[in-house]
Amino acid sequence: MVFILLLIVWQVTSRLLAIPDWLLPTPVQIIVEGWHSWPDYRSHLFATIRLSVFGFLIGSLIGLGVAVCLHLVPKLRETFYPLLILSQNVPIIVLAPLLVIWFGFGLVPKLIIIILVCFFPITIAVLDGFRQTSGDLMHYMKMAGATKRQIFWKLEWPHAMPSVFSGLKIAATYSVMGAVISEWLGAQEGIGVYMTLASSSFRTAQVFVSIFLIMGLSLLFFAVIVLIEKRVVRWKSSEGGDENGKTLG
Amino acid sequence: MAKLSVDHLSKSFGGNEVLKNLSFHIDEDEFVAILGPSGSGKSTLFHLIGGLYAPDSGEIQLDGKNINSRKGSISYMPQSPSLLPWRTTLDNVLLGAELAGKKERQAALEMMDKAGLKGYEKAYPHQLSGGMKQRAAFIRSLLSPQPLICLDEPFSALDEFTRSEMQRWLLDIWQENKRSILFVTHNIEEALFLADRILVLSEKPATIEGEFHVNFPRPREEDITLTEEFLQCKKEIYNVLKMKTTE
Repeated sequence: MVFILLLIVWQVTSRLLAIPDWLLPTPVQIIVEGWHSWPDYRSHLFATIRLSVFGFLIGSLIGLGVAVCLHLVPKLRETFYPLLILSQNVPIIVLAPLLVIWFGFGLVPKLIIIILVCFFPITIAVLDGFRQTSGDLMHYMKMAGATKRQIFWKLEWPHAMPSVFSGLKIAATYSVMGAVISEWLGAQEGIGVYMTLASSSFRTAQVFVSIFLIMGLSLLFFAVIVLIEKRVVRWKSSEGGDENGKTLG
Repeated sequence: MAKLSVDHLSKSFGGNEVLKNLSFHIDEDEFVAILGPSGSGKSTLFHLIGGLYAPDSGEIQLDGKNINSRKGSISYMPQSPSLLPWRTTLDNVLLGAELAGKKERQAALEMMDKAGLKGYEKAYPHQLSGGMKQRAAFIRSLLSPQPLICLDEPFSALDEFTRSEMQRWLLDIWQENKRSILFVTHNIEEALFLADRILVLSEKPATIEGEFHVNFPRPREEDITLTEEFLQCKKEIYNVLKMKTTE
């Protein structure tokens, strides 16, 4: 609703103030542009989807793997946790040209960028999830004679599930951003390419089309993760208020 | 032969002596209650029997075998029900057996039926009432293969009505499925109503202060708690507890 209101305000003001189209196109112009040039950017869109899904999957797997390793080996955790944070302090803009120098213009540098932006939120969220494992449950498991392996698979892993999904949600939206940035490096196709071409030739409407495409994609990925989460973490749905089982008296 | 025998057990944490020369035993199918003030080292005793820590000196034997710092030798029911929120009640009830590697679904279903949890097999813990959760937790320990069940103040978080209901329920189900039970509580009445024998623990460092045989016939009804005899017993135990706190 707010979004639609914003579009209306945008439309009206740019008409009233007579802002030139190349400076700021109106929403109607953007929609029309988006409608007409669909055949032009269709392949770009799919290239970006492919790239971000691919990068997201690899990034998430790495993120999960790193979290599990650091959790299971506390020594590793102490050593690598600061390094993890540092890895996020290197600006992507600086890193991107370096990656091109090292790996050329192929798929590899692009994937590395997406992986870099994806794995971090997952690792941090999952590590926190592991750490917040309920003390009572842990105590029971130990007293009942659970092995380290049983404690991990039967307690810590399922307990961290909601955290896994919150990490995945953040990573999913980041992955589209990462993909677009990586396409600026010099790709054959992708929304990033489309956007660069459009802005260098002052086709501002097309730039906005790409912006909206990126937003739409991010939302779509987010929605998919939420859907999967609802299926996997069913037990969480109505927890909270009736922790003490007041529902049945 | 005693099921569990604890022999001259001592444990201290960084100079703080918690258990000192503690010795007692539990017979086959006997219900023993340990009564002691809060902070008297009851949990430490459980941690030692459960094998989480090693004692400084002394020995714990189960069925004649030394179980010092051997995890998984006993079955355990904690103060909070500690059901895994992502498992259905049935899967939770099976957890103890699952950890030990033997799962019997059918037995679990029958037990849940008897415990009044029929129809809740697929429910998640957050959908159960406090009493039901505790019942599920107790069935979980009954279904574990270990010969001794340790209960750590299992009903202390429940309201008065649910608690007395749970005590009767516990006796009923224990009557049908006899096991050796070690029950820790700080409630004299609860100990008297449930146990065959009561061990009174002193304050830190904990030793056995007194031992009472409870001779009320089984099955016990709730009205025995109002008899002259019951009150007499309660008084005796109370005096022992009071004596050592004023000493």
